[in-house]
Amino acid sequence: MAELGAEEIDTQNADEEAIRVTDLRKSFGTLEVLKGVSLTAHKGDVVAIIGGSGSGKSTFLRCVNFLETPSAGQIIVGGEEIKMRPDGSPADRRQIERIRTQLGMVFQAFNLWTHRTLLENVIEVPVHVLKVPRAQAIKRAEELLDRVGLGDKADVFPSFLSGGQQQRAAIARALAVDPRVMLFDEPTSALDPELVGEVLTVIRDLAAEGRTMLLVTHEMKFAREVANHVVYLFEGRIEEQGPPAEVFGNPKSARLKQFLKTVG
Amino acid sequence: MEPLLELLGLAKSAELLSLSPPGWGGNLLRGLVNSLQIAFGAFGFGLVIGLFGAYGKLYGGVVIRDLLAIYTTVIRAVPELVLILILYYVGTDLVNKIAQAFGYGRVEISGVFAGIWVLGIVQGAYSTEVLRGAIQAIPQGQIEAARAFGMPSLMLMRRVTIPAMMSFAVPGLANLWLIATKDTALLAIVGFSELTLETRQAAASTRAYFTFFLAAGALYMMVTLFSGAAFNRIEKWARRGQPSLRGKN
Repeated sequence: MAELGAEEIDTQNADEEAIRVTDLRKSFGTLEVLKGVSLTAHKGDVVAIIGGSGSGKSTFLRCVNFLETPSAGQIIVGGEEIKMRPDGSPADRRQIERIRTQLGMVFQAFNLWTHRTLLENVIEVPVHVLKVPRAQAIKRAEELLDRVGLGDKADVFPSFLSGGQQQRAAIARALAVDPRVMLFDEPTSALDPELVGEVLTVIRDLAAEGRTMLLVTHEMKFAREVANHVVYLFEGRIEEQGPPAEVFGNPKSARLKQFLKTVG
Repeated sequence: MEPLLELLGLAKSAELLSLSPPGWGGNLLRGLVNSLQIAFGAFGFGLVIGLFGAYGKLYGGVVIRDLLAIYTTVIRAVPELVLILILYYVGTDLVNKIAQAFGYGRVEISGVFAGIWVLGIVQGAYSTEVLRGAIQAIPQGQIEAARAFGMPSLMLMRRVTIPAMMSFAVPGLANLWLIATKDTALLAIVGFSELTLETRQAAASTRAYFTFFLAAGALYMMVTLFSGAAFNRIEKWARRGQPSLRGKN
């Protein structure tokens, strides 16, 4: 398993970089949440970001698409550097809007638009932001909903569905923009335990088909299984990283050992 | 029909209320149309002010926030009748001064326009608060999701914020609309011939006070009933996608 993981990374190094984050910092007032985090994902990489509460893992993900304004650092998506002002805010509104459409985000709380049906949720961004012809967007949305097992729920409003169904719909919505990188922000943390599996199955399929993903998660077993690179954050710094077999099977840092013991 | 009215002793009233002179019904209906026109315009103008006001209060800089706070506080503090007098005379005076400065003579300001302007400014202050509350009630994640998918801010307002806040705003806006229909009666004080003034004139000319004010009351009541039905439908539409609070239905 370890060798296979290493091999995969090697072949992908030759591929293009999907996303490169360099020395990302973020402070809330005097509290420095990210103290210089660097991370690169090549096309097809699944990078799992783990860490305890307050380690900065969610903040990191939210800084990548500027939902939070980083304090410093550099973010390159598909070879294009996001232009930043000295205070970290995006300098070019058009550019950040364009790049955001390449980063399909899936949230912990699903965040579907409750006044729209699942189908309307999925076609919203393609039709209105990306200007895809409506008929084409609907066709694609139906395929995607089918794919996440919600083909028969296209005309249902999100509030009438279970958390697992909503999260699968949210994944379909993120896929609809055909993102360069998918960002998962603890996608199963808000779910009842019996609903976690159905969402993980969908994510596992995406990983298998070579989707590039940054995955912030509490599901260690899952991270070990789908990721080809695992990053352990501790208090805003990368404490340890490597292939999953290394990080989980043979942790070096005492903090990571302690963390893995507590999360089981 | 006529013998029945005779029997009930209402023949005189029917005659007074008939639509063509010597009856005054036509005047009352004209007054009603004027009232509705103003209420509609003022409500719409108020909504526009309210939308800008709410956005300004929520997302604006310090100066804008302070100015809006003064606006909503002052308007909501002063009795509407006083505001109408102030805004009407200040407004017409201002328009005339500007007209004169540009070399025009005195301009006659249309009553409808003045009424919409005056009541719209009053409505705007209340709308600002209704819409601000509604926007704040939207789960933030929905707005965040739109931003995360690269929606420009105007599109976000049109496609996400406004539809999502509607269900929270409609009850408050229905109140404002009903208040607007009845506030038009206050415009009688500046001599605008809306329903109440027309009624007063009809009543004074015929001495049939009871008949005419009862008729006017019935007209206001009908407006309210129709509005209630309309707002029920709007609310149902705005709440689409949200489970009923009564549970399954």
